[in-house]
Amino acid sequence: MSRHLLKFSVNGVAREVEVPAERLLIDLLREDLALTGTKEGCSVGVCGACSVLVDGVLLSACLLPAFRVDGTEIRTVEGLASKEGRLTPLQQAFIDHGGFQCGICTPGQLMAATALLGEDPHPTDETIKHFMMGNLCRCTGYQGIIRSIHAAADEGAARA
Amino acid sequence: MTSTYDLHMPATAREAIDLLARHGDDAHVMAGGTSLVLMMQQGLIRPAHVVSLHKVSELRGIRSTADGSLEIGALATHREIERSPLVRAHSAMLAEAFARIATVRIREQATLGGNLAHADPAQDPPPALIAVGALVLIQGPGPAREIPLEDLLVDIFTTSLEPGELIVGVRIPPLAAGTRAVYLKFLPRTEDDYATVSVAAAAVVAGDGTVRQLRVALGAVGATPIRARAAEAALLGLKADEKAIKAAAERAAEATDPIADGRGSAGYKRSMARVFTERALRAVLA
Ligand SMILES: Cc1cc2nc3c(=O)[nH]c(=O)nc-3n(C[C@H](O)[C@H](O)[C@H](O)COP(=O)(O)OP(=O)(O)OC[C@H]3O[C@@H](n4cnc5c(N)ncnc54)[C@H](O)[C@@H]3O)c2cc1C
Ligand code: FES
Ligand code: FES
Repeated sequence: MSRHLLKFSVNGVAREVEVPAERLLIDLLREDLALTGTKEGCSVGVCGACSVLVDGVLLSACLLPAFRVDGTEIRTVEGLASKEGRLTPLQQAFIDHGGFQCGICTPGQLMAATALLGEDPHPTDETIKHFMMGNLCRCTGYQGIIRSIHAAADEGAARA
Repeated sequence: MTSTYDLHMPATAREAIDLLARHGDDAHVMAGGTSLVLMMQQGLIRPAHVVSLHKVSELRGIRSTADGSLEIGALATHREIERSPLVRAHSAMLAEAFARIATVRIREQATLGGNLAHADPAQDPPPALIAVGALVLIQGPGPAREIPLEDLLVDIFTTSLEPGELIVGVRIPPLAAGTRAVYLKFLPRTEDDYATVSVAAAAVVAGDGTVRQLRVALGAVGATPIRARAAEAALLGLKADEKAIKAAAERAAEATDPIADGRGSAGYKRSMARVFTERALRAVLA
């Protein structure tokens, strides 16, 4: 019933949107802002297709009420590449190392792996598996995803 | 689809309690929202008012108190607890139990208070917290109170909270020197699942091998997590050998009342309760 004016940024762009109290972040992104890079799979917090970063924290857009992003900075898959279209090392690694097949889970995989590399720039296989188990891939391309994350970590190390 | 509601965003626990008193049964509290949003999406509840705690900063944070207790605010997320050096120093077992919950995304959003108030018997924090003697801090229209966690969880999805009461945090008293503790979560299906059974144990063993203190708690084996008191009594004051451990684990299994579901039949879960209690006891006593 109540409506709320939310001020936040998505991928560096300031936004102001008025939403009903019960609006979910997934609908705010996909419907209100037409940012359809973030996918909706299970809608119950299990599959990870809707993974986004809110103030750097990995969250499920399908479970987060939109009012909670007031005053935050959101990053979605559309915000990974630079304005000129230069991909992040992680995105490039997904292309080079077979990190996706059909691609439906890929936006979520990229956001989760971005959060992981932010916390741990050189994750072990075990760390990757434990951190990424919330992002399901129905094409079962898990080995390619793990390879891609390792490659992006090596790339990061080479650049540093 | 979620029905619409009026959202309230109090800045203090007192304001939240007043809002709950004003709106009675029409109002639900929201902490992280992981369970509440799903229940609303599925039409299981249709509150006219939602009181969100996300601006109540007094409910955040993790601290040690002067007497050596660990206090965890109701709004601490599972991930904060898993990664907190204070929690790890107090009880590494507790940090590890929180790290076993669901996935990173869920742990970033779900809170301690929401977990305990939700009272799903398959959740991980309750047995782990019961094993280290956790007390729940409660505020409401009446006087503030502090109760053992076992007394909060009275039935499936049911707590002893009075209308309008809030969980404000949890206090874990200092553990005796030399306490060894373990949390075992049996996950035969997938790593992100709820436990098929879970067992937490904390013990102090004297230099000569005598069991001085022991607490054993099991999850997912009944309407609430259970404290395996008969198993504890079977070992206290004795030197725990393999035979005594097996007998005590038998007592723990007898105290369970599991339901059959996709994770197994009642008989299977009771057997697994015995097996995992044995392993937990070996880990803390042997
Ligand atoms: C996909 C998924 C997987 C999960 N897997 C696991 C698992 O493996 N192990 C596990 O233990 N849990 C699991 N959970 C459950 C999860 O831990 C709980 O949903 C969560 O802890 C609830 O916390 P919240 O802050 O999101 O609560 P909310 O959803 O905000 O609230 C839950 C309930 O508690 C009440 N409440 C909230 N805070 C308070 C308070 N301070 N005082 C009084 N009442 C309050 C609300 O009114 C509501 O009834 C899973 C959840 C999901 C969605
Ligand atoms: S759509 Fe959000 S986790 Fe599946
Ligand atoms: S690439 Fe198809 S679901 Fe992952």
